[in-house]
Amino acid sequence: MAMVSSTTGRPVGSAPDAAASPLLGEHHGVDLLMSAAVIACVAAVVRALFFTPVDAMLGAVQKIFYLHVPAAVVGLYIACGLLAVSSIMYLWIKDDRIDRLAESSAEVGLVFMGIVLTTGPIWGRSSWGTWWAWEARLTSTLFLWLLVLAYLVLRGAVESQESRARLSAVMGSLAALLVPFIHLTVKLFRGMHPEPVVLAPEKPKLPIEMLTTFGMAMVAFLLLFFALLRMRYRWTTMRDARAALLSA
Amino acid sequence: MLAHDRPTRTVPPSDHANAAPVLAPILEARAVVRRFGGRAAVDGVSLTLRAGDCLALFGPNGAGKTTLLRLLGGLIKPTRGEVCLAGHTLPGDGATRRLVGLISHHTMLYAALTARENIRFAAECQGVLDVEGETTRVLTHLQVLDRADTPVRSLSRGLQQRVSIARALVHRPRLVLLDEPYTGLDDVGASALTEALRDAQQDGAALVLITHHLHEGLALATDTAIMLNGRFAYTKQAGAHGIDVTAYQQQYRSLVSEGAA
Amino acid sequence: MTLPHREPRFLTGAWQVARKDLLIEFRTRSAFLAASVFAVLAVVIFRFTWDPTGIPAFELAPGVLWVIFTFAGLLGLNRSFALEQQDRAFDGLLASQLSRESIFAGKVIANLVFVAAVQALALPAVALFFDLSVGSAWWAVMAIVLLASVGLSAVGTLFAAIASNTRMAELLLPMMTLPFFVPLVIPAAQASALIMRGQPIEDGLSWLKVLVAFDLVFVSACVVAFPFTIEE
Repeated sequence: MAMVSSTTGRPVGSAPDAAASPLLGEHHGVDLLMSAAVIACVAAVVRALFFTPVDAMLGAVQKIFYLHVPAAVVGLYIACGLLAVSSIMYLWIKDDRIDRLAESSAEVGLVFMGIVLTTGPIWGRSSWGTWWAWEARLTSTLFLWLLVLAYLVLRGAVESQESRARLSAVMGSLAALLVPFIHLTVKLFRGMHPEPVVLAPEKPKLPIEMLTTFGMAMVAFLLLFFALLRMRYRWTTMRDARAALLSA
Repeated sequence: MLAHDRPTRTVPPSDHANAAPVLAPILEARAVVRRFGGRAAVDGVSLTLRAGDCLALFGPNGAGKTTLLRLLGGLIKPTRGEVCLAGHTLPGDGATRRLVGLISHHTMLYAALTARENIRFAAECQGVLDVEGETTRVLTHLQVLDRADTPVRSLSRGLQQRVSIARALVHRPRLVLLDEPYTGLDDVGASALTEALRDAQQDGAALVLITHHLHEGLALATDTAIMLNGRFAYTKQAGAHGIDVTAYQQQYRSLVSEGAA
Repeated sequence: MTLPHREPRFLTGAWQVARKDLLIEFRTRSAFLAASVFAVLAVVIFRFTWDPTGIPAFELAPGVLWVIFTFAGLLGLNRSFALEQQDRAFDGLLASQLSRESIFAGKVIANLVFVAAVQALALPAVALFFDLSVGSAWWAVMAIVLLASVGLSAVGTLFAAIASNTRMAELLLPMMTLPFFVPLVIPAAQASALIMRGQPIEDGLSWLKVLVAFDLVFVSACVVAFPFTIEE
């Protein structure tokens, strides 16, 4: 790579500094966070399947709730929240790292929301007899999933890195404003039609064993989310560094 | 006026009353750098232009000429350094943008509208007061008045280019930026363009002209520069008798082959 | 000598841009014709696949109307920036003294007029084909349609600006905008259905509030966001 110095004396190629942050930077060897996350997930699954009592009323399918709710919390609140905040921040401070964080949150969030959208209908099929009943939360999740998908398609369609970061930050910021409107619209819509009995974990008092399992699942999913997020973040850093080197 | 210090022209007290007043620079660029991703398209350029100056910019494709032009016109921001137009730092507000006329090898016209409608729209957008009068003026100047009411898409490439030039000059800009304007022009068009640019120069405008047509460029230029890899590799001022085209051509060729090596 | 000039004004500039866009559309008529053909086709298909004994007209009509308005709107939105891209005419606009916000407002106005023109065609067509007799409440339906169209145009114009920077603008624009249209189309369709059914407008007040809130929030947000879509 030819390094032509400018009048300011700095090298021309300014690739993102992959090794700068010890927490997020390049890593060699075992990914401890990911290992911990995998162990936690296995532990939660084992506990949920074998060591947690079956709900008398709802049956064995109720156990899908240990997958569905943590995925919803992580995918909807954490991933989408991160996406929204980093999009707005990018427009203010044009730091590429914030843009890569937005991209990674969107990708991992899409996966978790996908889990919500698959476990929801499975639960719905067994308890309401129908795969999809336009239940308020699932419907909102569907629209958000489509929104994040569109965000990622936009990112894929813009060639220049600077334009990609800027344009997707605009979309991300507007999406942040949209979320309350979607919730409101869906809630009003559902308010007009009687709602099927919904998976409402907050309402019934859960016995202590179920609560513990739920807590474990929550922790496992949190660990998994951040492990995947970091993995994607590192991957985007290397990808962008490579692209910068190639175009220099 | 290019990257070397030149004393500001001042009037010695013994001169007569109608001598040229002190000319403030219209355009100043100071160590301007612009990066795209990892690459510096413009890598440290400085220049000063005063009223009536014409900077002819030559160089191979990819040298950074178009990027430099967009920086000078305030269309993009420099990564480092500063561009000042009539004392305002670019990119400025609407008032500063109005001082610029931009001509490129894209016509920047709306194909479905007529020549007159295109120019009229440009004049309105630039706050011109006598829209009809100025529109007719530039149409006549560029010798396209007889085709003014034809939709632009029915015009030949050369005529479209002339309409595009008229569009850029209708609001009498102080700085005219031209990116390969002679592309596609026949002899009539080329001389009409040169005439219009000379008039603009006399009117006090400064010009920056990117062109591969060495003859036309050197005919108008008061200053020239050859750009390579984002920097000015060679600069030369036009003396009283202009610049020798053949000599300049040789200089250009040797520089470009050197740069490619 | 600097030529004396008129200072740029937000509304004047916006109107100049809008007028130019509408003049071009009037000359070429391509998007409007495509939208009209789509509207007629949709009306005919829905009419002939509809069982009047199963669903009353006022249940189906709002859905048909909003399908037409949304997709026709997208046709117009696509061309909104395509015409600027063609010979880099947009560079000329950006280099003028008009503010970015002015340019955006002008394009939103032009798109709104375009959508309104399609609506002026589709509403009577639907009323006719579906034997709707709404009577004096038509003004309420039109007000709802207008409110929703304002939001549609603002958001659509912004995303059209974003999409014009990509190679797949025609695919990307619907993908990006449809989630944003949800809080517009559902309230508008529900409120119109309500009125066509004969209920008083007060019953649909919460829907109207959503529309008004959306318009206020998103028109301002899009005006603020637009300059970020332009490369600097």
